[in-house]
Amino acid sequence: MRFDYPPERRYRPTHEWLTADEPRRVGVTDFAQDELGDVVFVELPDPGDPLTAGDAFGVVESIKAVSDLYAPVDGEVATINESLFDRPELVNDDPYGEGWMIEVRVDAAGELLSADEYREQVE
Amino acid sequence: MGRASPLARAHEDRGARVTEFGGWTMPVRFDGTRVEHEAVRESVGKFDVSHMGELRVTGPDAPALVDRLQTNDAGTLAPGEARYGGVTDERGVLLDDTVVYRRPDEEDEPSYLLVPNAGHDEEATARAVRVRDAAGLTADVENATEDLAMVAVQGPDAPALVDDATAADVATLDRFEVTTAKLGDVDCLVATTGYTGEAGVEVVCPWDAAARVWAAFDCQPCGLGTRDTLRLEMGYLLSGQEFDPETEPRTPFEAGIGFAVDRSTPFVGRDALAGATDPDERLVGLRLTERGVPRHGYPVLADGREVGTVTSGTVSPTLDEPIALAYLPRAHRDPGTAVAVEVRGDPVAARVTRPPFVARTDT
Repeated sequence: MRFDYPPERRYRPTHEWLTADEPRRVGVTDFAQDELGDVVFVELPDPGDPLTAGDAFGVVESIKAVSDLYAPVDGEVATINESLFDRPELVNDDPYGEGWMIEVRVDAAGELLSADEYREQVE
Repeated sequence: MGRASPLARAHEDRGARVTEFGGWTMPVRFDGTRVEHEAVRESVGKFDVSHMGELRVTGPDAPALVDRLQTNDAGTLAPGEARYGGVTDERGVLLDDTVVYRRPDEEDEPSYLLVPNAGHDEEATARAVRVRDAAGLTADVENATEDLAMVAVQGPDAPALVDDATAADVATLDRFEVTTAKLGDVDCLVATTGYTGEAGVEVVCPWDAAARVWAAFDCQPCGLGTRDTLRLEMGYLLSGQEFDPETEPRTPFEAGIGFAVDRSTPFVGRDALAGATDPDERLVGLRLTERGVPRHGYPVLADGREVGTVTSGTVSPTLDEPIALAYLPRAHRDPGTAVAVEVRGDPVAARVTRPPFVARTDT
């Protein structure tokens, strides 16, 4: 298998992940960062902004492509990963770790996939 | 699926990601644009550019025909020389840009290879025949696009690499020269031309020998993504973005290639360009001074008003800064002028500059 999908996380078909435990973080998958190529820009919301599951909350851009980021939950932005503004390449280097995008306060999770379901969809 | 390069299988085996470009399916990325880009700027990389067209023009009147087909004085080329030119219609609007090679190995009659952009080969062939017949010239015109493959080897270490791989003395060639060279048992043309701003060559070989030629250069394979970031750092034009007869009709003077227009030659469009040498709008470079990535089609603003449009933009891998090309009117195109690029509704500050964004090393 080429890509890694941590089994305890949940996934959107649009390639975002959500951690199961606090802090509830959101980022993009290993598959997504590979599809994008070298990430050069990340646009994130402000802490306190509301989130609606399935709505765009930010943008990730590689040298060639622009992609929206979609919220996996209803809730609110708690914190954002400001280090991505200077080091967007963290999304490529460590998509499940240092490349996280936002921390969220969850009111309700959207319809999410398990790691196996997600893998089946993309591979 | 589009037309396929003779190297398609080799690229697939190497794990390339492909894209459709100009009607061709071509590799866009092998190992990542950053890695590939750096290889070309720092050492050497190779590109499959078999999607580029090749037109053979041969015969007693071939010099007169190449003078009519493009804007530069290619009719005066000696065997073994090459020249860059625009291709314009009767209105002086750019249809294409091209390199004309006069073959070093021509026999009794002048013989040229014209290299139109991907997907322009059929139209360029038909146009050449039309122009020839209208002028009553004697020359054979043949579309050789699927007889010939092309591999570009580019970067500061490219001349030495190519010199070692061939029997020809490539390292001593000046820019825009072309020589015959054997690569193993394959007869090639090796030209000191390219689209990266670096030293290097483009190798033209028989379609069936492409895999042997590709394998002969032991260096980083690069995709079209990298070809695009490299050319954009140089401010080189991309057909379909900086000019297009339908979506971006521009003269060579607007596009900044007036240096490649010789109005003493009888090219199609010459008369229309007589008073067009100092146009209001010209292609300039933009460097963004705030975060954001300029993209094709984004508006350029001055004092909140739209004054132009981005034709190409990216984050320069060499500078690690956002750069763009855009057409701007005289009032807003002096180097240093403050403008903004509208990125998803928000103005992002930028300054006008004159490309290249990165110093050329090939001259």
